[in-house]
Amino acid sequence: MGRRAAAIAGIAEWKAQRVWDRPMFMLEACAQLAQEALADAAIDKDAVDGLLLPPVWESPMFGPSAAAEYLGLAVNFAEVVDLGGATGAGMVWRAAAAIEVGACETCLVLCPTVPPPPQQGGDPAKMRMPAYLGGDAWGSPQGQFEIPAGMVAATPSFAQVAQRYRAVHGLREETLARIAVHERDNAQTNERAIFRGKPITVEDVLASRRVCDPLKLLEIVMPCFGGAALLVTSAERAAQGPHRPVFVSGFGERLTHKSITYAPDLLDNPIRAAAGRAFGMAGASREAIDLASIYDCYTITVLVTIENAGFCKPGQGQDFVDERDLRRDGDWPLNTHGGQLGAGQPGLAGGLAHVTEAARQLMGRAGEGQLRRCDLAYANGTGGMMAEQVALILEGA
Amino acid sequence: MGLQHTPEGRPVALANPTSRPFFDAAREGRLVLQRCPRDGFFFYPRSHCPRCLGTDWSWEAASGRGTVHSFTIDRVGHAPGLGAEVPYAIAIVELEEGPRMTARLVDCDPDSVHVGQEVEARFEPLLDVAVVHFTPRA
Repeated sequence: MGRRAAAIAGIAEWKAQRVWDRPMFMLEACAQLAQEALADAAIDKDAVDGLLLPPVWESPMFGPSAAAEYLGLAVNFAEVVDLGGATGAGMVWRAAAAIEVGACETCLVLCPTVPPPPQQGGDPAKMRMPAYLGGDAWGSPQGQFEIPAGMVAATPSFAQVAQRYRAVHGLREETLARIAVHERDNAQTNERAIFRGKPITVEDVLASRRVCDPLKLLEIVMPCFGGAALLVTSAERAAQGPHRPVFVSGFGERLTHKSITYAPDLLDNPIRAAAGRAFGMAGASREAIDLASIYDCYTITVLVTIENAGFCKPGQGQDFVDERDLRRDGDWPLNTHGGQLGAGQPGLAGGLAHVTEAARQLMGRAGEGQLRRCDLAYANGTGGMMAEQVALILEGA
Repeated sequence: MGLQHTPEGRPVALANPTSRPFFDAAREGRLVLQRCPRDGFFFYPRSHCPRCLGTDWSWEAASGRGTVHSFTIDRVGHAPGLGAEVPYAIAIVELEEGPRMTARLVDCDPDSVHVGQEVEARFEPLLDVAVVHFTPRA
């Protein structure tokens, strides 16, 4: 049996939207998410003594205190977490660990991604993807050796992983397409999904525009806006709440590189170590999970994660996928919310959505998309260029 | 900002004291790498060996030859300033000396690029630095 000191007790999540018609400062969005997560957990705001949030746009320095002040909190544990797509999952284990050692008891995990009000008119709501992702800072290795070579944004980097996979194991484009199709099918029961009402076929994926070989448009997430939050608290307090507590039963984290160029191995990813620690800590077997909530910025991310998290051997991921039905009613449910491929990628909230969905399933609150049985889930986050890796094992009480 | 741009808007490196020797050599058509006496070559330029954190490394000439470890063909042009050149191939090149380096593959048909392909460095001086490309070996 894994750790049972801390549990997820409340969830807040906004519908992903391509255009956000109500711009908010990040601190405003944090306040709104906090209010909703506390209400969901039926916990009074005065009980909050821990706070985790991403870098704060309105306060690039002193972000945690800026948020505590804005939200009117007195916290014993506060941290900005900067792990890209793994930020949400990284926050959850930090909250659980802080609770287990007694640093705090009730911790807000906040991941808003909405546009701020425009300073002077202008177009508030268009999504702008920063191509350099911070790599253009003075002294940055990426600025000197990656950006001038055209290795910017994320797609070229993940395409390198896919092309390497092709060279080493052979790549079946239909299999990768099937991941996108099954996730899109799952999105059809998620009212927050950007692609609800828009199922696709393998043929659609194969015929979609080539972006960075071998990745095609429908294998790539759609950036959008949204927000998600969790309330993590002690097992004792969670047991008094309205929902089935979701224990953070095991966790692992591993980082080795920022640029995919310098990854120790393009196919043997740090997720292996992170997942190994998480499963070991939880005392859980890969076979026992009821839901795999796997970070899916691209189809290749899912394939490589399935292998590296130990669900099958290296090189056997495609057989694993082909032999299984990844849909909600299938024999190996994957990303029952549709994943980010099916639900959209609202920035860091897209990463946290893999955890909120697992928690929702374990609580029995997934509505139309509810699994018949869900007691144990694997959720992970992947940041940057398959760089920051966080794995969680979540268990229903 | 850690970049500078050509008049055409291409982003190129802003050299710093640590990386200056690399770019000076590249402007002269030479690839140089740092070598730690214990742990061998490393790339990109650093103050400390990334394996032992020693500082007794030296700059040494590299062969400029390598193989394509992986690659992609960017058909939409993610990189500002390169949009007019699509489709272009970006490769992770494994140098003969061991380290990997990302570079564009030039003077070749992008669709002919393959993993394991033997390539050699080409240098394009720009502003006060140079961009290192690779091209298939004859």
